[in-house]
Amino acid sequence: MSHDEENPAASGIAKIVRMANQIGTFFESKKHDEGVHGVAEHINKFWEPRMRRHFFEVVDAGGEGLKPIVLEAAQQIRRPSAPLTAEHEAEANADVSG
Amino acid sequence: MGLIQEIDYGTPASKAEKQITLTVDGFTVTVPEGTSIMRASMEAGIAIPKLCATDMVDAFGSCRLCLVEIEGRAGTPSSCTTPVMPGMVVKTQTERLKTIRKGVMELYISDHPLDCLTCAANGDCELQTQAGVVGLRDVRYGYEGDNHVFKRQDGAENFRWMPQDESNPYFTYDPSKCIVCSRCVRACEEVQGTFALTIEGRGFESRVSPGMHQPFLESECVSCGACVQACPTATLTEKSVIKIGQPEHSVVTTCAYCGVGCSFKAEMRGDELVRMVPWKDGKANRGHSCVKGRFAYGYATHKERILNPMIREKISDPWREVSWEEALAHTAKEFRRIQYQYGRGAIGGITSSRCTNEETYLVQKLIRQGFGNNNVDTCARVCHSPTGYGLGQTYGTSAGTQDFDSVEESDVIVVIGANPSAAHPVFASRMKKRIRQGAKLIVLDPRITETVDSVHAKADYHLPLKPGTNVAVVTSLAHVIVTEGLFDEKFIRERCDWSEFEDWAAFVAEERNSPEEVEKLSGVPAELIRGAARLYATGGNGAIYYGLGVTEHSQGSTTVIAIANLAMATGNIGRRGVGVNPLRGQNNVQGSCDMGSFPHELPGYRHVSGDAVRDIYESLWGVKIDNEPGLRIPNMLDAAVEGTFKGIYIQGEDILQSDPDTKHVSAGLAAMECVVVQDLFLNETANYAHVFLPGSTFLEKDGTFTNAERRINRVRKVMAPKNGYADWEVTQILAQAMGLSWNYTHPSEIMDEIARTTPSFAYVSYGLLDEKGSVQWPCNEKAPDGTPIMHIGGFVRGKGKFIRTEYVATDEKTGPRFPLLLTTGRILSQYNVGAQTRRTDNVLWHSEDRLEIHPHDAEQRGIRDGDWVRLASRAGETTLRALITERVAPGVVYTTFHHPDTQANVITTDFSDWATNCPEYKVTAVQVSPSNGPSTWQQDYDELSRRSRRIEGRLEAAE
Repeated sequence: MSHDEENPAASGIAKIVRMANQIGTFFESKKHDEGVHGVAEHINKFWEPRMRRHFFEVVDAGGEGLKPIVLEAAQQIRRPSAPLTAEHEAEANADVSG
Repeated sequence: MGLIQEIDYGTPASKAEKQITLTVDGFTVTVPEGTSIMRASMEAGIAIPKLCATDMVDAFGSCRLCLVEIEGRAGTPSSCTTPVMPGMVVKTQTERLKTIRKGVMELYISDHPLDCLTCAANGDCELQTQAGVVGLRDVRYGYEGDNHVFKRQDGAENFRWMPQDESNPYFTYDPSKCIVCSRCVRACEEVQGTFALTIEGRGFESRVSPGMHQPFLESECVSCGACVQACPTATLTEKSVIKIGQPEHSVVTTCAYCGVGCSFKAEMRGDELVRMVPWKDGKANRGHSCVKGRFAYGYATHKERILNPMIREKISDPWREVSWEEALAHTAKEFRRIQYQYGRGAIGGITSSRCTNEETYLVQKLIRQGFGNNNVDTCARVCHSPTGYGLGQTYGTSAGTQDFDSVEESDVIVVIGANPSAAHPVFASRMKKRIRQGAKLIVLDPRITETVDSVHAKADYHLPLKPGTNVAVVTSLAHVIVTEGLFDEKFIRERCDWSEFEDWAAFVAEERNSPEEVEKLSGVPAELIRGAARLYATGGNGAIYYGLGVTEHSQGSTTVIAIANLAMATGNIGRRGVGVNPLRGQNNVQGSCDMGSFPHELPGYRHVSGDAVRDIYESLWGVKIDNEPGLRIPNMLDAAVEGTFKGIYIQGEDILQSDPDTKHVSAGLAAMECVVVQDLFLNETANYAHVFLPGSTFLEKDGTFTNAERRINRVRKVMAPKNGYADWEVTQILAQAMGLSWNYTHPSEIMDEIARTTPSFAYVSYGLLDEKGSVQWPCNEKAPDGTPIMHIGGFVRGKGKFIRTEYVATDEKTGPRFPLLLTTGRILSQYNVGAQTRRTDNVLWHSEDRLEIHPHDAEQRGIRDGDWVRLASRAGETTLRALITERVAPGVVYTTFHHPDTQANVITTDFSDWATNCPEYKVTAVQVSPSNGPSTWQQDYDELSRRSRRIEGRLEAAE
């Protein structure tokens, strides 16, 4: 963790990488394809566009610090500007219910 | 209105199915087998005179007033202790009985002061009533002999007389008025389970004694109020009744403290609250209460409550009191300016888990409809968000599976990372009652808590795991269950996905998940893990209750999943006595989650990306709803520091004190241009606010709270809002100022909108709640009366889903600089950040947060009990006083977080749950060293608080 408030962008990026890797770690214990898909689904479902934008800044710059499973999942993660597909919607609504 | 008079049947109800018919005074009555004659008689409408009997405790048979005659039986048996028999013919009023009763009553009164007119119980005294009932007209014995009534007798000290005990801040004990009926002693044992009271001496010398003849405050008494409620005389009386007098009307409402959601009668005189008395028909509490709900309501009228709206340009300025119109017009203008300048997403809000469902619904509606984004979050982010995720994934519902009554049928109770005795006391009492009946208890907790080790309720297995190793230990329990073949194959094949089970079983069976391996990292002896697993899997109905010790970790969601797996594997789901039950912290944290307070979902846990769901609200609200998830609280703060988030509307939530990593929170708040805080008091967050909107208490509004059982309870207004408006009205006026055409005239209309748009609430209405008292969602076409137990016959999501739970050590590790692990918790008398309880006499029990440290660690550091110590982590440091105790293991330290000057969250880090961002409050690597007093941060902060609480035109700061 860092309290580098003078350089919020850098600490923000470090946090994004750490959080993405935490998700990756959980899904690493699953079967590979299921795990990759799980990472992408989770980020699509819960990460707001600003976080995903930061995430893609890291990915587009080579993905330094990201776990392989997260990098692989990046292909299935929705870019903030990309339109929502029926598939995303179906995924997001699975396993949530009143 | 009038005072709600609950019928006292004298003895508890019998649950037997077999019915018995008898005759009482010529009337035929049919009751369950095991019912007392007294109760049967009351069912028939005939009240037998009584003093020592009350239906909150078992029959005792000591007062000899309730005698009856039974045809064919000799003598005059007591009706409270005599069970009904088929064909019995009972007479409750005969010449013989009248004479005996009068004689008994005469003896009682001969040792009782006759100051009825000035007595606090005047009008509410069972002794007085019964004297009238039996027709007592004179007392032949006089007061010349031995008595407990007079301080002096015949010019000398009367050694039998005892002075009043005023030590408890909320009630008095006047021994001179005691008739030694033992109702208080039995209530303390049977209802509360604390055993703080006893009868000392025998015969005429018998006296009620707290502890070892101690004042109440110094005894083990937890001030739950059960004894006061049980007392038939003025011996134990609420000080508020002594001060104000008897109430004249009462209203049933719901406590605004923890997630148990106890029902109370607010007993009133005019608009003054005389006392809160637990309501017997309350389905969560069944007539019991704790020191917070019963007594700690004084904050509602505390002098520090802010009653006028205030604004200021800069947070360094003093506050300026303004009209509601000005405050809300200013807020609306500022929010619109920020959106124009920085974008639609530059503002957001936080809903309150202390407010009603209706209020929460309105705040998220304001954000989605008025702000045009999904930037809404709630304090569940920092407590039970992993519960929502974990149970949603495995079972399909983001909530606990049982009602509280269910514990009455549990055989093995597993408590994980929770200390109900302190944090959910009324549930703890119900749980301990079951344990005294023979149920077994397993506790997973780093500390020896009150739940682990209390009178007559001790844990059969206490697994004192190292903080941060929950996943390893719970997975290891599963290892034992799988490898020893203790799983319920039939249940799993029927209800769960078998191939997912096989995959999971193979994973948990791996050697690294064995108790022997897990012992190495958790510190829990392998044999304890094995024993606990066997007991849970084979001991009958197994019920799991868990708290924030599960969720507030980097792997919080994983532990919730591991718990869900465990219950599925053993078939402990879908019937009474079993289940998986999160113990919710705040009164309405379940409700605030249900009401769409999360940035990714609309009410009823429906993701914002769903077109069909958005359609419902878009057509109703006439706006386009964003299909992207919005910002969570930590994201809002991050974005504020980055400069893209500039304004926030916070209703009833003190993020500066309750959220982790205080310095980051304050930096985020300081970077915003319009922080709006709506609260009862100038809380810590308000130090950074530009607008302060005074809030209203639960006594001042109508609405509903949803407790940990998914139970929707009514909150009823008993007095007008002292600040002028209920919180829902404030949000409505703000919405109107922002151009929305809201026009709710009563919270019931808001509930109607919720029911119309949310399938799990479809049948909920105030009419239904008035009729049934409360209902548990889902409440709809499929379950018109609500759903006490979930997942009966099948899981909500279809097949139960087993998910692998790989243990990952937290990044928060001890090392040479920070060799100890800090974990946090609560205490009975205080509530969360303490904003309410600190403003009541509850501070007598807990006036400061202390750092619990093991004698070994203390000695190494030269720390003595009571010394000031410096507590430092990578994030920051603070100081507080040490409490040396063996409740914590060596290497672990513990503190509560009820006082703002402790600044416990200066220490906690920004590590959080992988799935939900729930902060890792329960594990922080720290160092402890001797200190001289408050840290520089504490001093600076104190100064900042004082400065930022100045109000123009007032000499002193508000706090």
